Amino acid sequence: MKKSLDLAALWRGLTRPDPAGTDRVVPPTGFTAQLTVFSAAAMAFLAVFALALALATGRMAERWSSELAQTVTVRITAPPEQIDQQTATVLAALKTTPGIAQARLLPDDEVEGLLEPWFGPDVPVEALPVPRLIEVTRAAEGFDAEALRLRLEGEAPDAVLDDHTRWRQPLVSAANRLRVLGLFSLLLIAAASGAMITLAAKAALAANGQVIRVLRLIGARDITIATAFVRRFTRRAAMGAAGGTALATAAVWALPEMDQAGSFLTGLGFQGWGWLWPLLIPVAAAAIGFVATRAAALKMLREVR
Amino acid sequence: MIEMQNLSFGYSGNDPLLADMSLTLQPGSFHFLTGPSGAGKTTFLRLCYADLLPSGGRMAAFGQDVRGLSRDGIAGLRRRVGVVHQDTQFLDHLPVAENIALPLLVSGEQVDMPALGELLAWVQLSGHARAMPPELSGGERQRAALARAVIMSPDLILADEPTGNLDWDMSMRLLQLLIELNHSGKAVLIATHDLNLIRAAKQQVQARVLRIAGKRLQLAGADL
Repeated sequence: MKKSLDLAALWRGLTRPDPAGTDRVVPPTGFTAQLTVFSAAAMAFLAVFALALALATGRMAERWSSELAQTVTVRITAPPEQIDQQTATVLAALKTTPGIAQARLLPDDEVEGLLEPWFGPDVPVEALPVPRLIEVTRAAEGFDAEALRLRLEGEAPDAVLDDHTRWRQPLVSAANRLRVLGLFSLLLIAAASGAMITLAAKAALAANGQVIRVLRLIGARDITIATAFVRRFTRRAAMGAAGGTALATAAVWALPEMDQAGSFLTGLGFQGWGWLWPLLIPVAAAAIGFVATRAAALKMLREVR
Repeated sequence: MIEMQNLSFGYSGNDPLLADMSLTLQPGSFHFLTGPSGAGKTTFLRLCYADLLPSGGRMAAFGQDVRGLSRDGIAGLRRRVGVVHQDTQFLDHLPVAENIALPLLVSGEQVDMPALGELLAWVQLSGHARAMPPELSGGERQRAALARAVIMSPDLILADEPTGNLDWDMSMRLLQLLIELNHSGKAVLIATHDLNLIRAAKQQVQARVLRIAGKRLQLAGADL
C-alpha cells in the first residue's frame, strides 16, 4: 500500500496546523488519552535515568581505563638493610628504560595518605613494614612491561612491578557492562513505549471502527484517516515524554555534586553538553508514537474497504 | 457513468448471488432497483461504489475499471457517488451540520457556510443544525443522510431503501428531494421494494425500473 499512505504526506499532515478541525472526526477518548500521556511520561522518566547511567558509567570506564593505564607501580618489600639499595637500583633501572616518562618514589606522607582509610590519621609509617612504592608514568609510546619485570627480577629481586591489570580490568569491564546495560535499558524502554502506544492506538482504532467505516464510505483517503490518529498519538507521546523528561532531568540535576570521594552514585548525571541529551527523548518518543500509530492504522485500514 | 458487462458476484466462490448483469447508468437517468428481500439489491449498490468488487465480468465507474482502482482511487470514486443507506451511520460526537459537511472536511475542501445553510434548509433541517445525530427522528436522519450524500455535488446518487423506516408523507418528501436532484442533472438509483413509491415517482419523472430476479437484472418498467 504505497500508495495511499506515503510518509511525506503523513508528515505534512502532522506538521501543518489543523484549522479545518479534521482531527475532530475521531471522537475524544478521555481517560485513554490520559493513560497514554502518563505512560509516555513514565517511560521518558526512566529513559532519562537509563541515559544518565549509561553516560556516567561510560565516563567512569574511560577515566579508570585512562588514569590507570598511564601509571604503574613498583613495590619493594626487601629486608630493612637492603631496601634503600634495592630502591636506588630500581630507580636507576627505570630511568634507563625506554617508554617511561617519570619514576617517582612516593614520600612517606603520601604513603600515610594511602593507608589512612585503614589505619586512621598519624600512621607511624616508619614503624610499620610498609613497602616502598615507586609510581611510574608511561610515556606516550609505552614500555615493555615483561622485559622490565625480568630486569627487576635480576637487579632487585624484592621489587614487584604492578601494572594494575589485575584489578583494573574487572573494574573497567564492570563499568563497560553497566554502560551496555544502560543502553540496553534505553532500547527496552523505547520498545516498551512502542508496544504501549501500539496497544493504545489499536484500542482507539478498534473502538472507532464504525467511524473509520463511515469515513471511508464518504470518500476519505487512508492518509486523512490515519493522520487524525497519528497526529493525536504522536502529540500525546511527545507531550507525556516532555513532561517526564523535564521531571527526571530536574531530579538528576538535584542529585548531590560529585565530591572528592567520587562515589559512583554522586557521579550519576550529565556533564556539559551532555545535559542536551535528554532533549532527544521527547523527539524519540514522538517518532516512536508516529511509527507505532502509523503501523497500527495501516494494518487496520487494510481491513476496511 | 457506471457500466457493467456480464458482471457476476458471489460472497462464496461457487454460488454467485448476482450473475450475467449488464447495465449502463447514464448521466441524468433515474432508476429504481426492485426485487425480493435477499435478491442482492444492496449488494448491487455496494458494487456501484466499489465497496465490493465483482467476481466476474467487467465493471467501469466513470471510465475506470473498478478492479484497477487504488484505495485512493476508490475514495475518489466515492466522492462522485453519494450514498444514502437505510440505516445511515453518522459520527455521533459531531453535530448534524458537521456530519453533513463531513465529505467536504475529509476532502480538504472549504465548507461554504451559506451553502451549507441552504442545504440544511432544502432538507428542512435548519432547526437541527446543532443537534446531535441520536436526537434525530428516522425521517430527519434520512434527510440528513441525503444532504451528506449530495454536499460534494456527486454525479450519481444511490439510495438503499431510503424510505424503509419512514411513513408515507416522509417518504414522499424524501422522494421529492431525490427527484429535484435528478432534475438538476444527477443520476439517481433507488433500491426499494415499495411499489407505491415507484408509482408515485413515475408520475413526476421518467424512471426505469430494474428488477433482480433469478440472480439476473431485468427491465421491469412496463408492468408498473
